[in-house]
Amino acid sequence: MTQTHADYQLSQLDQLEAESIHIFREVAAEFEKPVLMFSGGKDSIVMLRLAEKAFYPAKLPFPLLQVDTGLDFDEVLQTRDNWVDRLGARIHIASVEDAIAQGIVIDDGKTSRNRQQIGALLHAIEDNGFTAAFGGGRRDEEKARAKERVYSHRDEFGQWDPKMQRPELWSLYNGRIHAGEHMRIFPLSNWTELDIWHYIDREQIEIPSIYFAHERDVILRDGMWLSVSDAVQPKDNELVETKMVRFRTVGDKSQTGCVESTAATTAEIIDEIAIARVTERGATRGDDRFSEAAMEDRKKEGYF
Amino acid sequence: MATPQTSSDHGQMDLLRFATAGSVDDGKSTLIGRLLLDSKSIFEDQLEAVEASSVSKGYDYTDLALLTDGLRSEREQGITIDVAYRYFATPSRKFIIADTPGHIQYTRNMVTGASTADLGLVLVDARQGLTEQSRRHAVLLSLLRVPHLVLAVNKMDLVDWSQEVYEKIHKEFTQFATKLNIPDLEVIPISALQGDNVVERSANTPWYSGPTLMHHLEHVHVASDRDLVDVRFPVQFVVRPKSDEFHDYRGYAGQVAGGVLKPGDEVVVLPSGMTSTIQGIDLFDEEVAEAFPPMSVTVRLEDDVDVSRGDLIARVNNAPKPSQDIDAMVCWMTNEPLRPRQKLAIKHTTRTARAMVKDIQYRLDVNTLHRDQDTKELGLNEIGRIQLRTTVPLLCDPYSKNRTTGSFILIDEATGVTVGAGMINNAS
Repeated sequence: MTQTHADYQLSQLDQLEAESIHIFREVAAEFEKPVLMFSGGKDSIVMLRLAEKAFYPAKLPFPLLQVDTGLDFDEVLQTRDNWVDRLGARIHIASVEDAIAQGIVIDDGKTSRNRQQIGALLHAIEDNGFTAAFGGGRRDEEKARAKERVYSHRDEFGQWDPKMQRPELWSLYNGRIHAGEHMRIFPLSNWTELDIWHYIDREQIEIPSIYFAHERDVILRDGMWLSVSDAVQPKDNELVETKMVRFRTVGDKSQTGCVESTAATTAEIIDEIAIARVTERGATRGDDRFSEAAMEDRKKEGYF
Repeated sequence: MATPQTSSDHGQMDLLRFATAGSVDDGKSTLIGRLLLDSKSIFEDQLEAVEASSVSKGYDYTDLALLTDGLRSEREQGITIDVAYRYFATPSRKFIIADTPGHIQYTRNMVTGASTADLGLVLVDARQGLTEQSRRHAVLLSLLRVPHLVLAVNKMDLVDWSQEVYEKIHKEFTQFATKLNIPDLEVIPISALQGDNVVERSANTPWYSGPTLMHHLEHVHVASDRDLVDVRFPVQFVVRPKSDEFHDYRGYAGQVAGGVLKPGDEVVVLPSGMTSTIQGIDLFDEEVAEAFPPMSVTVRLEDDVDVSRGDLIARVNNAPKPSQDIDAMVCWMTNEPLRPRQKLAIKHTTRTARAMVKDIQYRLDVNTLHRDQDTKELGLNEIGRIQLRTTVPLLCDPYSKNRTTGSFILIDEATGVTVGAGMINNAS
């Protein structure tokens, strides 16, 4: 049996964990058909860990939903499969390519896969009748997210209206929705990037290997290091270099840049982040860099 | 002092949640920008964007307020319209700021931000002194039982660092505060723009011997604000694996709202009144010796009693009396006024019921503390004392005793919107 602290103090990481578990249980108790949006990234893995803890020793009372962009890193898909197997979880895969084939999403050759995910995601939520969708968004990521609620109401079109948000007081969450609407749930709202890494370190849980430093063929494009792959081929003036790199976020291969790093363990990553001077999104996500209000626009359209 | 933390200490730091209040011109956004900047929580690309934006607006200095003005619609109007949450950490503490706008029409945001705060930070402009708005902020923080209050007297550089100005505001505020419930008050002279007494002690205030703002935030003692005596465990979810391995497992999941629970404790389940003994307390795959607020755990009982979501586990000799008649202070948050006979949904801990407004006793003027007993309704952003009758008993405490079991929200059943926030005075 574990002895708890004599002074009845909970560390901030334990407080965050307790708050997130509370949110998972509220949603499981009050919503008819929740689903956990799983990207395979570190935030969604931490979410999955918290959900595992919230209902243990029972299995997750809801399935996972992954949007397959068709451009996902193999390492990410492998980690996803390992988690799903270990938890005995159910998973729905919504494919962007299928959505394009069915005409739900238009591929104009200019729109990034991260953006095309929106259509595939909304379609999957509507098609399956999910009433609540857990997302791994954190308020420290971006200015627009700083104002989002833990329970974020979406209308029939999956849109977020920042001026129509419900007040959220104490730990009393209001999950009322009308037919056709759904709620996005952000159990990691109060976590920072550093909290996520400390938690991964403490829990010793599996995350995709591309988060750790490894050698990779990369090219420099628009100030970002992109991995050479079927999705990214060097143009005439671009030089392929082999570098020691790691990824700070996982998105689709055509859009997600990596950073030069030698951090090979979670502890080394934590030290690296503690002195990092550029936010994770601004540095390595091409789709966030087009305008200062990029995230606000995508949220209104129904992005996570 | 604020320096980037490394791997060793972060997980073990404690947490302080604070709410900030002030009007557009008090320099609140600048102060938050300053705290983020000086604790190195601002990244290079964020700072560059703000510097570029300041230059393009023709400002002489970097407008730190631009760091926190989130939504484009706000930037266009140059105001903050909603509660925004910010994060920063020093080596000893992590901080969550609920940044709330100060305009009169946004009382609901302030109440929202204060509901989870350990500390309230009110800003005043040294040139203006106490305004109606700063008094109102203090009243709301007191009403929400935020246990610690800091009054930051800002823009001291614009009054030549006058001790006299500071003392006058200090005295006036202390007098006003005697009418309120503010257990802990600190008044700090600062300049958010220049950084004086924010993180670094200022050479401009030799007459001031108190802490800097950051020092106070880092050291204010919040652990003792919790109730570790009265056991309150609202049941959220019944865990029944129905698997071969855990065939007979039945656990009651929830977050401890008060007191310390231990295996072997005799407990009562409300509202049924059935008694049992705690068999074990599970935190994921481990058994723990104790559970205290705000831990999320799963409690197993010795006896096969009927327990479901919305029930409350308490001690046999220390349990709230189930009650359907609730006397509460309510902050009304929607355009359509609250009126007697109105029916609403009520969510209290994990229990949802319906409630009818029996009476509106008075409306509280948050500027003068005057009680208007002739009122027939409560409008948007108004606060009043009301009586409710609920369809099922609530298992509640006075808000002054427990902020979790003493609070509730009111929901419009047609629109599904949260329309009111309530703090229970007593239940009978």
